[in-house]
Parts: sequence; C-alpha cells; structure tokens
Amino acid sequence: MSLELFHLKRDIPFMRFARSTIFFSVAFIVASIVLLATKGLNLGVDFTGGTVLEIGYPAAANVAGVREHLAKHGYADAQVQNFGAATEVLVRLPVKAGVTSAQLSEKVLVVLRQADAKVQLRRVEFVGPQVGKELFEDGALALVVVSIGIMLYLALRFEWRFAVGAMFATAHDIFIVLGVWSLFQWEFSLTVLAAVLAILGYSVNDTVVVFDRIRENFRKTRSNNVAAIMDNAKTATLSRTVITSGSTLLMVLAMLFFGGEVLHGFALALTIGIVVGTYSSVLVASPITMWLGVSREDFIKVDKTESGAVV
Amino acid sequence: MNRYPLWKYILIGITLVVSFLYTLPNFFGEVPAVQVTPVRTTEKVTADLMQRVESALKTAQIAPKGVSMDPRGVKARLADADTQIKAKDALQAALGPGYTVALNLLPASPEWLSSIGALPMYLGLDLRGGVHFLLQVDMPKALEKAAERYQGDLRTVLREKKVRYGGLNREGDKVVIKFRDAAQRDEARKAIEAAYAELTLEDSQSGAEFILSATLKKQAQVKTQESALQQNLLTLRNRVNELGVAEPVIQQQGADRVVVQLPGVQDTAKAKEILGRTATLEIRMVDEERMTNPSDVQAAVSGQVPFGAELYYERDGRPVLVKKNVVLTGEYITDAQPGFDNQSNQAAVHVNLDGRGARIFKNVTRENVGKRMAILLIEKGKTEVVTAPVIREEIGGGRVQITGMDSPQEASDVSLLLRAGALAAPMEIIEERTVGPSLGAENIQTGVNSTLIGFALITVFMVIYYQLFGLISVLALAVNMFLLMALLSMMQATLTLPGIAGIALTLGMAIDANVIIAERIREEIRNGNSPQAAIFAGYDRAWDTILDSNITTLIAGVALFWLGSGPVRGFAVVLCLGILTSMFSAVTVSRAMSNLTYGRAKRLTKVSI
Repeated sequence: MSLELFHLKRDIPFMRFARSTIFFSVAFIVASIVLLATKGLNLGVDFTGGTVLEIGYPAAANVAGVREHLAKHGYADAQVQNFGAATEVLVRLPVKAGVTSAQLSEKVLVVLRQADAKVQLRRVEFVGPQVGKELFEDGALALVVVSIGIMLYLALRFEWRFAVGAMFATAHDIFIVLGVWSLFQWEFSLTVLAAVLAILGYSVNDTVVVFDRIRENFRKTRSNNVAAIMDNAKTATLSRTVITSGSTLLMVLAMLFFGGEVLHGFALALTIGIVVGTYSSVLVASPITMWLGVSREDFIKVDKTESGAVV
Repeated sequence: MNRYPLWKYILIGITLVVSFLYTLPNFFGEVPAVQVTPVRTTEKVTADLMQRVESALKTAQIAPKGVSMDPRGVKARLADADTQIKAKDALQAALGPGYTVALNLLPASPEWLSSIGALPMYLGLDLRGGVHFLLQVDMPKALEKAAERYQGDLRTVLREKKVRYGGLNREGDKVVIKFRDAAQRDEARKAIEAAYAELTLEDSQSGAEFILSATLKKQAQVKTQESALQQNLLTLRNRVNELGVAEPVIQQQGADRVVVQLPGVQDTAKAKEILGRTATLEIRMVDEERMTNPSDVQAAVSGQVPFGAELYYERDGRPVLVKKNVVLTGEYITDAQPGFDNQSNQAAVHVNLDGRGARIFKNVTRENVGKRMAILLIEKGKTEVVTAPVIREEIGGGRVQITGMDSPQEASDVSLLLRAGALAAPMEIIEERTVGPSLGAENIQTGVNSTLIGFALITVFMVIYYQLFGLISVLALAVNMFLLMALLSMMQATLTLPGIAGIALTLGMAIDANVIIAERIREEIRNGNSPQAAIFAGYDRAWDTILDSNITTLIAGVALFWLGSGPVRGFAVVLCLGILTSMFSAVTVSRAMSNLTYGRAKRLTKVSI
C-alpha cells in the first residue's frame, strides 16, 4: 500500500473561501507596502556603499568593548555585532567622504590590532556609493524584467487573465517577503535580492502547475462552472504542490541551519517565499483569474484555431 | 509501450559516462605546486625554461611529482606544503628576478583526466580566498592629460607658423588660445586644422579678446579613453605579474572599469600599493666613449661605475653604460604603435612625442647622429634598457621610429611596453571584496554539507513516500547533480557560495518534475488505467507542465545573469544550467529507469509508487 497524504474523495471547495483569502492577501500586501514606505528596507552595504569587515578573535569577542575602542579612535559611526559565532565580529562603516576604501579598512584593522594583536581579518567588503547605486538599480531592473518576461510567457502560453492572476500571486509573495524584511529590519543584501528573484521564478512555477490543470479541465469538461473546475484542478494538484514545496523546503531548511552565516539571509528569504508562494498559488492566483472573467470558451476557441491551422 | 529504443539507452549511457568523467576531477582535491612565469609578458615560455626548472629542483634535492608547461608558465607539483615553500625559494634563487615564482594549488586528478580537459570546477574568490577589486578609471583626467599634451603641440604649431597669440592655457579638457584680432585667430585656426584634424575648434569673443578653444572631437575622445583603459589594463597586468599571483584575472568591465582578482593574496595593503604605483620611462644617451672601452665596461660590471654614468642591462643581459642625464621621460610620449619602416620594410615602433618632447628630441638627435640612445623602463626601483638604437639622423616633428626589431611581434610587444610603463589615467578602487583562505574553506564546507544534508532528507522522504518510484526519482536527482557539476566543470564557470546554494536550490526544485510525474501516474491508476498505461500517460502528460513551470524559473535565471554581478551571477549560472539538466534527468533518465524496471513486464499488475 502506498503512502498518500491527500487521498480526497471530493474536491475541496477552495473557491468558496476566495473572498476571504484574497482579503487576507490584499491586507498583507497593503501592510507590507505601508511597512516599506515607513520603515523601509535595511539596505546592506551592497546597495548603500560602505565597508564591512569580518574579524576573527582568538576567544569570544567583547562586542561592546570593540565598539567603544573604535569610537575612541574616531569611528563612532561603526556598527559592531557578532556574526555567526561568538569569536566573529562584523564591523560596518558608512561611506566617508575623502577617505578611500583602501585606506579605511586598513586603518580600522590597525586600530583593532592595538586592542588585541591576535585579531584576524576574515573578510572585507567595500562598495563605493556609485557601485551601490548601480547594484540597486540593476536589481530593481531585474525584478521588472523578470516580471514582464514571465507575464508575456504566460499570456502567450495560457491567456492574459492567467498571466494577471499569476503575477498578482507572485507580487503578493514578493511584497510579503520584503514586508517581513522591513518589519524585522533584517539586512537586505545582494544575495537576499537573488533569493527574491528566485522566489519570483519559483512561485510562478507553482502557480503554472495549477493553471496547467485548470486549462486541461476546461478542455475536458462541458461544465461552465468555473469555480468547480478550478476546485477540481487544485484538489488534483494539491498533493504535488505540497510535496514539491515540502521537498524544496527541506533543501532550503538544510541551508538555513547548516549553510553558515553568509547564506542565512538567502535561505531565510527562500523559506518564507516558498511557504507564502505555496499558499498564493493555490488560494490567490485563480480567484483573480476567475474574477477577470475567464471561461471555457477562451480555451475551446484556441483549440479550434489550432486544429484548423493543422488541417 | 514503455520501452525506449536501444539508441536512447546508449545515448543516455554515454551522457552519464561523460558527465561522470568530467565530475571526477572535483573529488581528487588539490596538490600544492609552484608556478614559474616570466616577469615580462613578451617572453615566451619554452621547453628550455622547463628544463631549467627541473634541474633547479634537482640541485635543491626536491623531487617534484610532475612538471608541466603551458603558454603561461611552467608548473611543478609537489608532495606537500613544506616542499612547496622550499621549492619556491630554490627556484627563485636559481632563476633570478626575471621570473615570478608563485605558490599555487593544482588539481590532483590523474594526468589522463586533465588531458581530456576534465578539470575541477573553477572556484570563485569567496570559496578559495583572495582579493577582488573593481577599479574606476578617471576618464576626465585622461582627457585632461590629453589636453595637456595638445597644449604643447599647439604652441609649437603656432610658433612654427609664426602666428602671434596672447595666451594659451588649458581649462579642463579644453585648450584656450587668446588673440588680439580676428585675422590672427583665423590664421591660427587654419594652421591648427591642417596639423590636428582630431580637434574641434570654436570661436568666441570676450571683451577685446578673440578666443579660439580646442577640444578633442567625440571620436578622438572615445579613442583616447579606450587607449587609456587599455594602457591601464596592461600596466596592471605587468604589475600583478610581479606580485607572484598564480591565476590573476584582470579584465575590462564596461567602458571605464577594470576588475582585478587575485586569488590567494592575503596582504591586501601590499596589493593595493602595487596596483596604485606609477612606473616611468626615460630616454637617455648611451655613454659611447666608455662603452667603446671594454675595460671600463668590465670595471662597471664588477662594481666600479665611472662618474657621470650608470650601468644597466639590456633585455638580453648585455651591460650598457648610460649617461646620468635624462633626455626625455615617458610623460612626453603620447602614443606608441607597431608598424613598419617605410624604406627597409622592417618591423618598427612608431612613437609620438608631445610638442615639448618633440623639440627636445629634435635638438638631441641633431647633436648625436651616429650615437646610441637608450630607452629605459623604471619600475619599483628597477631599471631596464628596453632598447638602445643608433640615431641615424635628426628627428623632428615628434614622430620617432625605433627600428631593429626582430619581428612584427616584437615591435608590437615593445610598443605595448612603451605605453604600459605608467598608468594613462589615475584609478580608484570602488569595490573591494577580500576573503581569507580559512573562510573560503569554511564556505565550501558549509555549502557542501548543507547540500548533502538536504539531499539526504529528500532521499528519505521520497523513498518512504513513493517507494521504488521514489528511489528512481532520487537516482535521477543524483544524475542531475552529476550533470550539473560536469557542465560547470566543462564550462569552467565560476562557482561561488551563492552558486553552491543554487545547486542546492535546483536540486530541491528538480524533484518537482518527478513529483508531478508520480502524482500523475497515481492518478491514472486511481482512474482505473492499467499500470503500463498509467506510467505512459504519467510521463506523457506531465511533460507540458514541467516545461511551462521550468521556463518561468529560467526567465528569472537569465535576467539575474544579465543584471547580476559577482557572486549573484554565479547563482544565476547554476540556476539556469540546473533547470536544463533537471529537465533531462527528471524526464529522460528517470523514464529510462522506469522503462527498464517495468517496461518488459508482460502483465504488470502493480507499480511500486
């Protein structure tokens, strides 16, 4: 006997809850936008420019002491925090006019070595303000390009209503991830941006599988009850949706817990994105498509012209 | 119905064998090695150098595990890190300052793997440790420097044509000449236009002064900036060569930026110092009186350099006594290009001097016909005679031709050297990423570990949930991992930590295709289809869905590659490749396995799914 999580005799009436699921989603999106507008993102050094030094101490580091020591030597604006382990310290410095990066990181290291000669420089990242701005612009552009590309592909392969529904669901995922990042003021770095873009692809991927089944159902049945057709498609794919998300999540969680500090933000963004993305592909994308007025005829017509062309 | 034709199995088999072969080098690890490269980029690596390396190691009683040669240098593999350092010291002492001896790590895979081009994946700096710099070339400064040269040139032209002017100054990248009346200005315009077609001239008037301002035409500006960037690249390459870095990357990025990556370099302060250094070029007269006297040369070589002269060596090692007096410095050189001598058709280097340089050069050559003139390159306190040609006649006009080159190749090398002496325009570091070697190794460890843990978790889940089909899916996933690693190794794409994360993520996502197929097969069975028909329909119908869902992720990956930079780009590469390999492995390879398992059964009543 095989193991089955979802052996369902009857379709789950997802669409009956459409109003409330969409209401929640819109509320989350609005909350995220408000957060982004008021608190904003805690942009990392990749985007703002500045210097980050990762310093290794032979024993557990005294963060407050390091902070004080730096402040005494003219680096009052340095942010000091533990990074991963107790022996690791991350020092963040904003861009200073007139001081080039090349000098800044070395000067700070000299100051730190005065307090403890055994400190080890593990990593330096310096990004000039111009480069930071470009990375930010490129990132934003990438988001827009990916969204348009996916919309176009879905509009071609399916129908424009599906494209809009999928994009809405995906925007919902992205906004929630960004909203969470804003709420907790976690550092938004280049790798987190990469994760956000991967979520974009992943979430649409999930939605497409559901849509694919909806399209197949439209072609198969004679019923014009769109809600029932969609419920049947979602129930049929529910098992796949949950298992795929689950296995991807296993991978991402392994990364989150064992992947070290550098991948932490990346894995965390993906974790949130996968959970939210699974929810949105089932409960957010199709109601939008239905309300936009998708019907069986949209696909039957396509079929006729297609076969006509072949004959 | 669930059978593949034989050729399909063979094709899949070949793919698997090839991908396994190319993945193999990644498991052998690396051995310590030393790498010997000539300091001068113009010097070719020959078998002779390889022999010298071998004999030097023999004298030092070090037995290398293998010595190999490629166009960049000679590499010797060694037993351990201690011998590596010993070998480095021994080689540096034996070969002298003309060669850079750098510590390096080489793949430990057997020779035959390397010979079919199977190399381990190319690790990014975040995994192997090292420095990454992004340098911005100050282009306005490059144009100002050009304007400075034209300032002198224009002065010479006006003087030669006897045009009177009130003042000649540089304002930014513009040369402004003042005149008392319009007629003189027109005359000047004519003279300048005839001599320098690359300048745009503009008239204006302020009070009683008639002004003519000269700027470089757009095209010439672009050319100036391009050559400034090329010169800086070359200068950087020469300098990095001296740093003794095994595999440096020095590349142009965009119109005005340079990326420098120095794997394994820890002393960033020293690296920055050397990258920012300026080299100079000098032209001096050879001390002919003393050169004709062999005993003077002998004395100089043994340490007694005569008064008023200095001893330097030519590139072939011959000593040259040069006068202390500097005739010209590199600042006067505006350009150097390889070409041919009009009369003899010999390879030559054409050097352009600016106005002042031209005047000095004319006077010096007039007074020294028949004597030798030495061109010296001074860098890091070391001076070398690039060439010491004989002056045949007075040279005016600032266009100098250096003949006596062996080949067009040498002419182009020397002209590069002449241009490469100094930075054409100042550069500023606008991005720096340094990763310590221990952190790099830790990054590899954590990245690989988390991927393996994730893989193990998925395996357990899939086998419990889908039983035999789960096992097939996991095997297909393992094949996917090999394919991906093989592709990354073949392409030598840079693997970064986000790239490893990308491998993990694509593996997590790749299982999706198999889940879609498995669920479809279960559904078909539930609908009352026979097991064979269910397997067939499962694969058949799932294909469309898999394609659609993967293409959207591919779009995201391509955009990320296009707009991303550095480590993120590494992620994008892996994401895109992973999607492609997963479509092959999850559909074709897993199907082949199910076909082999179930396809031959005549009466299949049960599928383990």
